[in-house]
Amino acid sequence: MEIDPFIFRLSIFILSIFIGYYVVWSVTPSLHTPLMSVTNAISSVIIVGAIIAALAGSSERIFNISSIFGFIAILLAAINIFGGFLVTQRMLQMYKKKKDKKK
Amino acid sequence: MISADLSAIFYLVSGILFILALRGLSSPDTSRKGNYFGMAGMIIAIVVTFLSIGNFSTSLIYVIIFLIIGGVVGALIAFKIPMTAMPELVAGFHSLVGLAAVFVAIAAFLNPEAFNLGVIGKIKLASLIEMSIGAAVGAVTFSGSIIAFLKLRGIMSGSPIIFRGQHFLNLILGIGIFVLIFYLCKTQSANIFWTVITISFLIGVLLIIPIGGADMPVVISMLNSYSGWAAAGIGFTLENTALIITGALVGSSGAILSYIMCKAMNRSFFSVILGGFGADNSTDDKKDKRDQKPVKSGNAEDAAFLMKNASSVIIVPGYGMAVAQAQHALREMVDKLKSNDIKVTYAIHPVAGRMPGHMNVLLAEANVPYDEVFELEDINNDFANSDVAFVIGANDVTNPVAKTDPKSPIFGMPVLDVEKCKSVLFVKRSLSPGYAGIDNELFYKDNTLMLFADAKKMTEDIVKNLD
Repeated sequence: MEIDPFIFRLSIFILSIFIGYYVVWSVTPSLHTPLMSVTNAISSVIIVGAIIAALAGSSERIFNISSIFGFIAILLAAINIFGGFLVTQRMLQMYKKKKDKKK
Repeated sequence: MISADLSAIFYLVSGILFILALRGLSSPDTSRKGNYFGMAGMIIAIVVTFLSIGNFSTSLIYVIIFLIIGGVVGALIAFKIPMTAMPELVAGFHSLVGLAAVFVAIAAFLNPEAFNLGVIGKIKLASLIEMSIGAAVGAVTFSGSIIAFLKLRGIMSGSPIIFRGQHFLNLILGIGIFVLIFYLCKTQSANIFWTVITISFLIGVLLIIPIGGADMPVVISMLNSYSGWAAAGIGFTLENTALIITGALVGSSGAILSYIMCKAMNRSFFSVILGGFGADNSTDDKKDKRDQKPVKSGNAEDAAFLMKNASSVIIVPGYGMAVAQAQHALREMVDKLKSNDIKVTYAIHPVAGRMPGHMNVLLAEANVPYDEVFELEDINNDFANSDVAFVIGANDVTNPVAKTDPKSPIFGMPVLDVEKCKSVLFVKRSLSPGYAGIDNELFYKDNTLMLFADAKKMTEDIVKNLD
C-alpha cells in the first residue's frame, strides 16, 4: 500500500513543532524581542507562494486577477523579509559585552 | 529550470537554516550569526522558486520590481523605527504576514492550475481545506494585528471593549467558519470562499478588542503564533517543505512566548483571550484608602543623596521608562554611580513593557551591557542584600499585594521583591494605580521614597545632583 504524500508533510510539520518547542525554550529571555522579529521575517517565506502566483500569468497578460494578488503578496512579504531581518540585525548589534561598547 | 525533487531538497535546506537562525538566539554572542543563517535560508528559498518555475518572461521583471519596492520600504522602516516602537512594528509586521497568506490563498483559489492543485471548480479536496484554513487564520492574524497595532500606537484606546454576548458571537462565528469550509468543499463555490475570509477578518477584530493594553505581551505573542500557523496552512497547500517547517517553528515559538507571558502574570491563557482585565477596578473604596495613607515623597536631591551613599543599587525598569524615553538618561545615571564604586544591576520582570523582552532591547539600545541585566528569578534574592531599589516606570510587577492579599486580582503573580531593599526610590508621575487598576502597597511603606515626576526629567535631575 502506498502512503499519501500528505502524511509525509504532516510528519515534517509535527516534527518541526517539536524542534520549535525545544529550540525556542533555549532562547534567552533577553532576546525575546529579536526572536519575534526574526520569526516574523522567516514566516514571510510565504513569498514563494506569491512568486508562483505572480509568475503564473502568460506573457500577453501579465496581470490577471490571480497574479495581481500574487504581486501584492510579494510586496507585503518583501517588506516583512527586509524589515524583519534588518531590524533584528539592528537590535542584535546593540547586544554587546562591556568591552566592545566603549570605542 | 530545476527538477521538483531538487528544489524540494533546497527548500529543506532553507528550513534547516531557519531552525539554526532561532537556535542562534540562545545567546547574544551567537545571535548575529543566526540571523545570517536566516537570511541565507530566505535567499535560497526565493532563488529556488525562480529556478523551479523557469518562467523568465516579462512577468519576472515585475516580480523583481515589486520585490525591490517592498525591500526598500522594509529597509527604511527597519532603520528608522525607534526601539521604543518595537511592539507596534512587530504587530504591523504580523498583519502583513497574515494578509500575504490570505492573498496567496486567494491566488491559489483563483488559479489552481498554477499551483498544481487541479482546475477551477475541481480543486483537490485536501488542497481546498488547507488553503481555506490558511486563508482564515491569515485573515484573523491580519485584522487582529491591525487592532493590536492601533492599540499599541495609541490611535485606539487601550481599554478593553466589551459588549454582551461577545464570547457567544465569537463562538458562533468560529463554528460558522467550519460549517462554511465544509460546504465550500462540497460546492467549490467562490462566494463561500469569500465569506470565509470576510468572517475571519471579523473574528480577528472581535478577538482583540476586548483585550486590554496590559495584556499586549500575550496578544503579540499569540498573533505571532497565528502568523506561523497561517504560513503552515499555505505550506501544505503549496506542498512546500520550507513553508511547513517555518510555519511550525513560528507557530510553536509564539505559543511558548504566550505561555511564558501568561505565567509571568499568573493568568490562564483563556482568561486573557476572554479579555476585560483592568476595565473597571478603580472603586471609591480604593480612592478613600489612598487619601488616608501617608506617602513620603522626595526630590532629585534626596534620591541622589541616597544612591551616593549606597553600595549596591538595583534598577527596576518598566513600560513607563519606554514611554518617557528615559533609558539613555538612566544609563548616564548608572555610569555616574559606577564611577563612585557603587554596584549597579538591572532587574527585569518578564512582562515589563508591551512585548516579551522589550526592556532588554531598550537597555541594550542605551548601551547597557547585557551581563548587567537579570531576569526575575536570577535577581529576586538580591533585593534583600541591596541598599537601594530604583523603580522607574514599573508598577504592578513590584506590588507586594501579589504575595499577601489573596483577594487581589494579581495575587499569585510572581513579583520583584523590591520592598526587601533597605530603601526604595519609586519614580512615578502620580499615585494612580497601574494597568491592573490596583493600588500599590509599596507606595506607603516606610522605606519608600516617591519621586513624583516624568521618568526622564527626574533621572536627568538626579544625574545633575550626583556631581
